[in-house]
Amino acid sequence: MKGMSVLFDEDALVLGIETSCDETSAAVVRGGKTIMSNVIASQVDLHAKYGGVVPEVASRKHVEAIIPAVDTALHQAGVSLAELAGIAVTYGPGLVGGLLVGVSAAKAIAFGGQVPLVGVNHIEGHIYANFLEHPELKAPLICLTVSGGHTDLLYIPAFGAYELLGRTRDDAAGEAFDKVARVMGLGYPGGPQIDRLARDGNPRAVELPRALSQEETFDFSFSGLKTAVLNYIHRERQSRKDGPLPEELLADLAASFQAAVVEVLSARTIEAAKEKRVRTVVMSGGVAANSLLRQEMSGAGAREGIAVYYPSLVLCTDNAAMIACAGYYRFRRGDRASWSLNAEPDLRL
Amino acid sequence: MAGVQVVAGDAREVIEWGRRLGKELEAGDVICLFGELGSGKTTFSQGIAAGLGVAGPVTSPTFALIKVYQGRLPFYHADLYRLEDPAQLEDLGLEEFIYGDGVFVVEWAGRLGKYAPVDFLEVRFEYLPDPQNGRQIALLPHGRRYRELVGKLEGEARDADHRD
Repeated sequence: MKGMSVLFDEDALVLGIETSCDETSAAVVRGGKTIMSNVIASQVDLHAKYGGVVPEVASRKHVEAIIPAVDTALHQAGVSLAELAGIAVTYGPGLVGGLLVGVSAAKAIAFGGQVPLVGVNHIEGHIYANFLEHPELKAPLICLTVSGGHTDLLYIPAFGAYELLGRTRDDAAGEAFDKVARVMGLGYPGGPQIDRLARDGNPRAVELPRALSQEETFDFSFSGLKTAVLNYIHRERQSRKDGPLPEELLADLAASFQAAVVEVLSARTIEAAKEKRVRTVVMSGGVAANSLLRQEMSGAGAREGIAVYYPSLVLCTDNAAMIACAGYYRFRRGDRASWSLNAEPDLRL
Repeated sequence: MAGVQVVAGDAREVIEWGRRLGKELEAGDVICLFGELGSGKTTFSQGIAAGLGVAGPVTSPTFALIKVYQGRLPFYHADLYRLEDPAQLEDLGLEEFIYGDGVFVVEWAGRLGKYAPVDFLEVRFEYLPDPQNGRQIALLPHGRRYRELVGKLEGEARDADHRD
């Protein structure tokens, strides 16, 4: 294969493909840091080009969206298939239908264009979102990945090596945000809605539990917190004979809920950094976009002499640029996928 | 038989009822869970998993839609919460799990639509009004296999009543 001789230097162009959940995304990244294009198929530009909203969830929609997304990514980057040094694709964890579409498309494009292929773990991609904007980052690191489907606290002693310190025992942090927002009558996704509403609320107004605070663990649990919020809403509605809840009460509840989630996330993450004697913390995933989490984590880090990094908003949620970036570093380490690369819905780091 | 109703005071008791059910389950059993957000469906499922001898954490399937575990039988844990459009069900390949070699537990089972099997165990979760804050769990059998299953749990439900 011609591509085998390609050197992954700082000009190397990598096409990333990400279809593990609801977004169909393709991106071109130069040298693991310069984003040439980052097309996310639930975004407006693609809707405009291909007419109509690209629906979520169904893998069939990934099928429809993947080739236009790749074409658009190459076009926006001004790059031809022949100029690519490699193709990186998410092969897990995620929804099997979506992953299969991405992996199949990546294999077909790589085979047709004689371009090397590498498989990327979705969580690893989220971590590398930080390297796109901070290429100077160096291991060892502590990484908190928080999204609708994941709440993982990782120790990264060296590039490509991961030790899972803790994870959620029930609901993911982002899932708790979404479900609480739903019951409060806010829109989807719930994270940004609660973030906004919480600004007008008192975070100490409603007393809510901090799960596992008695245990020596880096695990998380948000189910009890979610239930406590729901119980509170039920009680308040009952006392108002099912009438609407006042805006101040909702703002106080949003602020109190958000504070409870953020307190646990930042306390455990900083504690993990101290225990592992690591001076750098990175955050990733959709919940890393939460303004209070960014503020609290940075503040707690500063008090302990720990630097805290998080990606810009668009790179917090699912996107292919982070996959291209992680793929670039995998290629540099000599990693290559074979044509038998398959989707692995339960892939671990 | 109309079914069995039990009251669980807290999450631990919800898990305990799930565990009791899980111990009695056989390959091919389908358990459909109904109830509002936060009413105990995932917690109950964690109990079923424990009763099936699944080791390791059983986490919410909301994001992944379906999760597969191995206990003394395969444990398929599905959640249709995110599927508001029934057409999206077609891409999930649910038949493989519903008519599979394990136990199929599905949250937000009202969204199964045409995939709902004829025979299954219906489990309904309801908030108890303040100040109890517990959950009422109703086990309603559909079909002979599930009438037998509920019959086995009926004794335990009576014992729990007497303890109160």
